[in-house]
Amino acid sequence: MTEQLHQITVTVNGVARRGEVPARRLLADFLRMDLGLTGTHLGCEHGVCGACTLLLDGVPVRSCLIFAVSADGHAVTTVEGCCEAGGELGPVQQAFQDCHGLQCGFCTPGFITTITAYLEENPKPTEEEAREAIGGNLCRCTGYQNIVKAVLRAADLKRERESADE
Amino acid sequence: MKPPPVVYHGPDTVDEAVRLLAEHGGHAKVLAGGQSLVPMLNMRLTAPARLIDVNRLDELAYVRTDLEGVRVGALARHADVERATHAFEAVPLLRQAVQTVAHPTIRNRGTTVGSLVHADPCAEMPAVLLLLDGEVLLRSDRAGERVVKAADFFVGPMESACEEDELAIEAYFPKPRGRTGTDWRELSRRNGDYAMCGVGTSVRVDDTGAVTCAKAAYIGMGPVPSVVDVTGADFSGADFCAAAEHAADQLDPEDDIHASAEYRRHLARVLTARSLKAAYEAVAP
Ligand SMILES: Cc1cc2nc3c(=O)[nH]c(=O)nc-3n(C[C@H](O)[C@H](O)[C@H](O)COP(=O)(O)OP(=O)(O)OC[C@H]3O[C@@H](n4cnc5c(N)ncnc54)[C@H](O)[C@@H]3O)c2cc1C
Ligand code: FES
Ligand code: FES
Repeated sequence: MTEQLHQITVTVNGVARRGEVPARRLLADFLRMDLGLTGTHLGCEHGVCGACTLLLDGVPVRSCLIFAVSADGHAVTTVEGCCEAGGELGPVQQAFQDCHGLQCGFCTPGFITTITAYLEENPKPTEEEAREAIGGNLCRCTGYQNIVKAVLRAADLKRERESADE
Repeated sequence: MKPPPVVYHGPDTVDEAVRLLAEHGGHAKVLAGGQSLVPMLNMRLTAPARLIDVNRLDELAYVRTDLEGVRVGALARHADVERATHAFEAVPLLRQAVQTVAHPTIRNRGTTVGSLVHADPCAEMPAVLLLLDGEVLLRSDRAGERVVKAADFFVGPMESACEEDELAIEAYFPKPRGRTGTDWRELSRRNGDYAMCGVGTSVRVDDTGAVTCAKAAYIGMGPVPSVVDVTGADFSGADFCAAAEHAADQLDPEDDIHASAEYRRHLARVLTARSLKAAYEAVAP
């Protein structure tokens, strides 16, 4: 069976990207295979691990559970887009480096995107809130302690950078 | 794994979606939030010939509250239901329960109506619909619009009354009458997982604080969610244990890899007592 292809346009990290995809192409695979953006990782492919989390119109979702055709006309932010305008590390990325919040790094893109969106909603989380915020992401290496620290550090960094901008 | 080949339709209106379902009925599946369907496609547990993606039906992306209760359109995400303050004020049980559905990221995409149609025996929102005596509005070319009461909607595990050519349009959650308190609680192995046992309760009291109606709804305790009326139970003890005992005796859970039947029944007793107490205290004079 030759599969029908769909023309789609998805705004990825601020840039309109066109593609031609079969209906069953997952959004994560569109980014990785069609666009070469391999920052988004696929772990479980059934919504449990959180590695593939990205922001769809600013809202965290699992890109292993969305078809690329469904994202046609929408905007996506991946871990590659969680940096500063000049390409320097964004506050969450910087915090993960500062706090040693990753080891193998497989889970990290999902954490970075989830936390980036979370800090927009809650700029000054408590430690308990930070734990709750990352409850849907699995990490097999770190034991989470340093990831929790990274959430709090990222909140501080984000505030510092925002007040420096004013 | 990756999903099998499939033909995709992305209708822009409800009429078009219903027409596509009439045309392709048994070979097509509605794709809503995809938080249950796509895992099944990825694991190749299902392989419909066609998908009818309803994510462009903005006309169904609503949570409306009036004097009667809350109407949730088929494209309202769990997160929309959770956030809607007006819905929480009219029917607090909606937020109480939806907060325990998966993780926030899943709730951002999964729809409440989709979870009703999916009818997982461990899902929260079917039990909420049942406890509140709610309804689901369905539409097809064949039968037009029909309203199915919650008591008739959950037919079996993963099986609802929504036929293959029907689109679920909205769910209606009536506002509890009189002085009624509600509560939801559950136990799962990890926060955000499907529950081993979940309990929702509603308790109505009169002005003296006497219980005039009390019900408990359960998930994870059988093939479909169930409701037990405990109005006649002994409410004299302050800990509600007698009523909880009475309710748990009427459940018939099964063993599975997540928990034994005996453990589930134990959870039902403990959670029901706590839940009835919380629901009662929310409205007691
Ligand atoms: C990691 C993870 C954890 C989860 N944990 C929980 C949990 O604890 N509790 C819980 O309740 N759920 C849980 N879910 C499932 C989640 O709530 C789903 O969102 C929900 O079950 C289905 O809604 P959906 O919109 O995603 O539907 P979809 O996955 O798109 O569809 C599910 C089924 O319903 C049908 N359908 C959907 N909408 C309609 C409609 N309008 N008309 C006709 N048919 C329709 C589809 O054809 C399909 O058969 C979890 C999911 C994941 C991935
Ligand atoms: S790969 Fe998407 S949640 Fe695991
Ligand atoms: S750093 Fe290895 S899985 Fe998280």
